[in-house]
Amino acid sequence: MTEIVFYVLAISAVLSAILCITQKNPVPSALWLVSTMFALAGIYVLLHAQFIAAMQVLVYAGAVMVLFLFVIMLLNLGRDGGSDIKKGPVALVATFLGAALVAALVAVRGTSVAGLADRLNPGVVAGSPLGVVAGGDVQSAASFTNAIGAVAAPMFQTYLVPFEITSVLLLAAAVGAVVLAKRKL
Amino acid sequence: MTPDMKGFLILTVLKMVVVFTIVLVGVALLTLMERKVSAWMQNRRGPNRVGWAGLLQPAADGVKNIVKEETFPAEANQLLFILAPAISFIPALLLSGVIPWGAPINVNFDWNLPLIGHASFHGPMSLAVADLPIGFLFILAISSIGVYGIALAGWSSNSKYSLLGGLRSSAQMVSYEVAMGLSLIPVLLLAGNATFSEIIRAQQQGLWFVASLTLSFFVFMVAGFAETNRLPFDLPEAESELIAGYHTEYSAMKFSLFMIAEYANMITVSAMMATLFFGGWDIPGRWDENGSALAGLVTALVMFTKSFFFIFLFMWVRWSFPRFRYDQLMALGWKFMIPLALAYIVVICVAMWALGAAGIVHPKIQGLVLLGLNLVGIYIVFFLLDRGRLLSGSYRRQAAAGARG
Repeated sequence: MTEIVFYVLAISAVLSAILCITQKNPVPSALWLVSTMFALAGIYVLLHAQFIAAMQVLVYAGAVMVLFLFVIMLLNLGRDGGSDIKKGPVALVATFLGAALVAALVAVRGTSVAGLADRLNPGVVAGSPLGVVAGGDVQSAASFTNAIGAVAAPMFQTYLVPFEITSVLLLAAAVGAVVLAKRKL
Repeated sequence: MTPDMKGFLILTVLKMVVVFTIVLVGVALLTLMERKVSAWMQNRRGPNRVGWAGLLQPAADGVKNIVKEETFPAEANQLLFILAPAISFIPALLLSGVIPWGAPINVNFDWNLPLIGHASFHGPMSLAVADLPIGFLFILAISSIGVYGIALAGWSSNSKYSLLGGLRSSAQMVSYEVAMGLSLIPVLLLAGNATFSEIIRAQQQGLWFVASLTLSFFVFMVAGFAETNRLPFDLPEAESELIAGYHTEYSAMKFSLFMIAEYANMITVSAMMATLFFGGWDIPGRWDENGSALAGLVTALVMFTKSFFFIFLFMWVRWSFPRFRYDQLMALGWKFMIPLALAYIVVICVAMWALGAAGIVHPKIQGLVLLGLNLVGIYIVFFLLDRGRLLSGSYRRQAAAGARG
């Protein structure tokens, strides 16, 4: 059952990603990217990483892509059609990167979804999507209490320094954007 | 499939049908209630022709909207134009599935059903369709999808008023989502969990979070008004500037899908306010925990009453306050709500650390200490820092005018 759900989500993710990069008009393109993110969030749920799934939808689909859409709408792009995808060296680099991704996929073939979930999250019964959605009664909800803790503990204890450095990087990017946008500070 | 799984699925489908029906019927009645409340506040009668006291008005509206002609603006993006109402409608209805509408009921059955086979279920059944481990994060995530409906409706209509409405809504929703998320972090700190049932349990052990986290509740409520696009924050459809904003070009049932989404979102936000800050289905006194069907029914009624109060508050505010100007809305969000929520997180963290260091572990006493802290916070925020901008503004101006005249 997990496998069926996984393949439905995986195929929709790949299809939406292909449609995202082949659309001429930026608005449908952005929407197909949102659809990809949704499918990925579904796969995270299959891996018993509900918190990551919620964050995927909340941050990427709900905030980042809305801002993308906002900019596309504000500049009113795509009304006149035409694409500005560059040919030449860019295509070469893209082909190389795509080949690398395919190679990575070939390298990890034979890993089952249930097995991966088990390795990532050994406490939970692998291969039962029902165990994830079940939360139907109080006990089962309580047994999944560490949905957030499982992410928070490594982030704020084991990997605290890298996490803080990343946030400084983001802060620098935000400050840089403000400096670039404002002529006079 | 095991019998347990079958029993679980049967109950879940049953809960889905019940919640879906109640929400949709509730939405229909809320449109009537909105008109009745507005009429009452403006000293009119409101709809009173169709059915007894106008009770069949929603049905009449529905029939009218279904048989009305669907118009498509020229040069509109047909596919997205049709998709947009659905995108705002579906997330709005999804959200009602994770809210616990009553105390868990003990269910015991062991049936041999035709076609389905042997199905059984033993133990307490939550009155939420799915009591997710990520709780309110699911609501924040899915409700942030609703903005696509509005933004796309604005873009695909190919009309400048719609486009401006869509732009406004995407900016507004993203801004207030931040404040809303930040206002829920103190709840997470105090309850130690994002699951609704655990948050309710934390409130049963201590005080309701409206007492221990009053300022969070204030920020959440204001952000809730902004997220549902209700007055005083209904800038995306400001009729004095944008005709009807993002749904200017919509007619018939597609228009009413936007309305249904708005009212369904109101139900969800009201239920969230009741659950996160007013104890959810909790009745103080702890007799509601025995798992009987009666306790489930009574707690569901209590939950309904609490949510209903907030729905009424939404309508009350709508017909009492004027609309914000767009820059005021953004300034309120970024310069007041977000700093307030951030400062409040720091205050609550320090207070919890101090309570732990002082050895105060009893949840009720902790709640009372936090309540005291909140009273100080309310005084500081609304009377010292406010300086005539938010609450006391109109009052002082009136007094000054009185002194002059």
